[in-house]
Amino acid sequence: MNQHIKTILWIAVAMLGAFAVAGIALNRGESINALWLITAAVCIYAIAYRFYAAWIAAKVLVIDETRATPAERLDNGRDFVPTNKWVVFGHHFAAIAGPGPLIGPTLAAQFGYLPGTLWILIGAVLGGAVQDMVTLFFSTRRNGRSLGQMARDEIGMVGGSAALIGTFLIMIILIAVLGLVVVNAMKHSPWATSTVAATIPIAMIVGVYMRNIRPGRVLEASIIGVVLLLLSVVLGGWVDHHETLRPLFDHDGLPLAYAIILYGFAAAVLPVWLLLAPRDYLSTFMKLGTIILLAVAIVILRPEIHMPAVTQFVDGTGPIFGGKLFPFVFITIACGAISGFHALIASGTTPKLLGNERDIRMIGYGGMLLESFVAIMAMIAATVLDPGVFFAINSPAGVVGKEAVDAVAKINSWGFAVTVEQMQQLASDMGETTLFSRTGGAPSLAVGMASIFGSAFGKELLALWYHFAIMFEAIFILTTLDAGTRVGRFMLQDLLGNFNKKLGETSYTPSVILTSSIVVAGWGYFLYIGVIDPNGGVNILWPLFGIANQMLAAIALCVATGILVKSGKLRYAWVTGVPLVWLVTITTTAAYEKIFSADVRVGFFAAANDMSAKLAAGLLPADKAAVAQQLIFNQHLDAYLTLFFIVVLWVVILDMVRLCLRYLGGKPVLKLSEVPHEPSRLVENWVRD
Amino acid sequence: MFKKLWCFVRHVSGDDAYEQYLKHHAEFHQATVDTPPALSRKAFFKLWQDSKWKGINRCC
Repeated sequence: MNQHIKTILWIAVAMLGAFAVAGIALNRGESINALWLITAAVCIYAIAYRFYAAWIAAKVLVIDETRATPAERLDNGRDFVPTNKWVVFGHHFAAIAGPGPLIGPTLAAQFGYLPGTLWILIGAVLGGAVQDMVTLFFSTRRNGRSLGQMARDEIGMVGGSAALIGTFLIMIILIAVLGLVVVNAMKHSPWATSTVAATIPIAMIVGVYMRNIRPGRVLEASIIGVVLLLLSVVLGGWVDHHETLRPLFDHDGLPLAYAIILYGFAAAVLPVWLLLAPRDYLSTFMKLGTIILLAVAIVILRPEIHMPAVTQFVDGTGPIFGGKLFPFVFITIACGAISGFHALIASGTTPKLLGNERDIRMIGYGGMLLESFVAIMAMIAATVLDPGVFFAINSPAGVVGKEAVDAVAKINSWGFAVTVEQMQQLASDMGETTLFSRTGGAPSLAVGMASIFGSAFGKELLALWYHFAIMFEAIFILTTLDAGTRVGRFMLQDLLGNFNKKLGETSYTPSVILTSSIVVAGWGYFLYIGVIDPNGGVNILWPLFGIANQMLAAIALCVATGILVKSGKLRYAWVTGVPLVWLVTITTTAAYEKIFSADVRVGFFAAANDMSAKLAAGLLPADKAAVAQQLIFNQHLDAYLTLFFIVVLWVVILDMVRLCLRYLGGKPVLKLSEVPHEPSRLVENWVRD
Repeated sequence: MFKKLWCFVRHVSGDDAYEQYLKHHAEFHQATVDTPPALSRKAFFKLWQDSKWKGINRCC
């Protein structure tokens, strides 16, 4: 009887989900309600988690509840600690969900709400969550070894080195593009700049409080921090209206970029407890609070989605970034659908805390579903705006023109209604001087969130909501930026340690300063180029990040597929093999287009040649001509980087295929490095009690 | 009910880490001659934070 009720319940969930998906996919009328997106997402997640994830756990991975995890076997009270599954889930989710799932969907909304939404849902369920879960599982069975080490142990030296170099380069590009997003949000906005600046001393106050005043009182310190952060938003408004303070925080892009570069260096060198650790706590609380608030607001308000399901920009003429729907929607939304970066968290930190293999499904698969849900909400926040407004905020000046009248005319010519007055009214509602060409995704997401919060909880506070959203995005973009710089520094020190022992010591000051400078200079260069690029650096940097990130995901899936084949589970190899084939297809196509396309908005070489020709003919205006040489050099650099990524990817794939063929042909291969079975004492005790 | 919820929040946020550590210490390292005494709250927290910030700990 009970069984029947369950069956009926799941059939109902499936039907509701199918109905919702059909609703959003087939609707060609005026506009649809955001609630349909939420319904479709929740139903799909529930079914995927209940059936697909459970099937993978039981049949493909054969999770063994009685087997001791590394946390139990190697428990040292520090790195390896069996931890409550909710605590691990919290750590894991806080680590995987950064600004990526917010920015990617916002940029991809130029194609309309449908392509991005479908990719977020299908990609997460069949790709991203599977990748996170199997990587977590394989790493757990190998004493929590990192992705790079697993690649070396299971596939060979080539795969291992590729994973390491790939990780380092992704870090550099990711930090640059995130820095660019913050710079674009703060440009000539004293309110945003002063609020973001205030987050630094606030994090320090919280750091000193947790270290010296009341050690370890995480909640107390976080409450103090969150209250101060909210105050800083209000005080930012006061600064904005103050005659002498206002000019102090009113800057162009370049000075802000230098400030961010300087900050990144300081954060990498300063002790973690002072800035990084407290900022991390604050960002976790802000993230959870804001996401829950956003979900509640969407459910209360049930906003209409104004963006069409599919826009004409699927043909590759989009203003935010160039390139056709296929493959660029799939690399623009990386985090939120599938992200190689997650494999680094799922191998390494998280497996060392797992108390029982049973929790792998909830933490690996469930954690990714939750991140995917964050991406859906970002998509909603971006698409509830009037499309004309959305494009006015996100189109770079180089595409639509510097003057408001030109920009509006250009956007109207695409068939999206917007007026100069409307944009002026919106900017003044949000407490800004202008909202034209605020590229990067952060400002439009903030406008979307502010209008949702404003309609649900009071319209008169729009400017406060807007700057609250900017602060919310900035705080965990900066968390990724400073932690990433630090991690890059560790990786570089590790590498240099092979040549000079002293340079490899993480506490040796000259080495710390040297390696931090190299890492900061690396992303600082890309950030600089992004800021001076009149077409908005996001057009160049975000696809580069997407390609790199999906390449790392493909490496992770390669390792997993290789292990499945070597374990004699060829018939289940499609579980990781299908997303792998898809990722290789989109990454290779995207890289091919970025390198060889003749369209100057897509191809790096095409853009460089175009600019050289214009420069030689004297067609460029003076300000553009001054930076043209650097932009040309950078286009070439980006093209070679893309080429490098794709070569690395194919080397790893061919290595994996070679390994599988050897195994299937009965020839010797690298042995499985799985740790032998040991019964769990934790489970036994639990059974005895 | 509220007490349970509060305990859960404290546990998930890591607020009760030191109490958990003391419990663990009392249970598994009974005061014999050669076991070191439990760390102070400050020393424990330092250690906990430093170890948490080794390696890659943040994503996109």
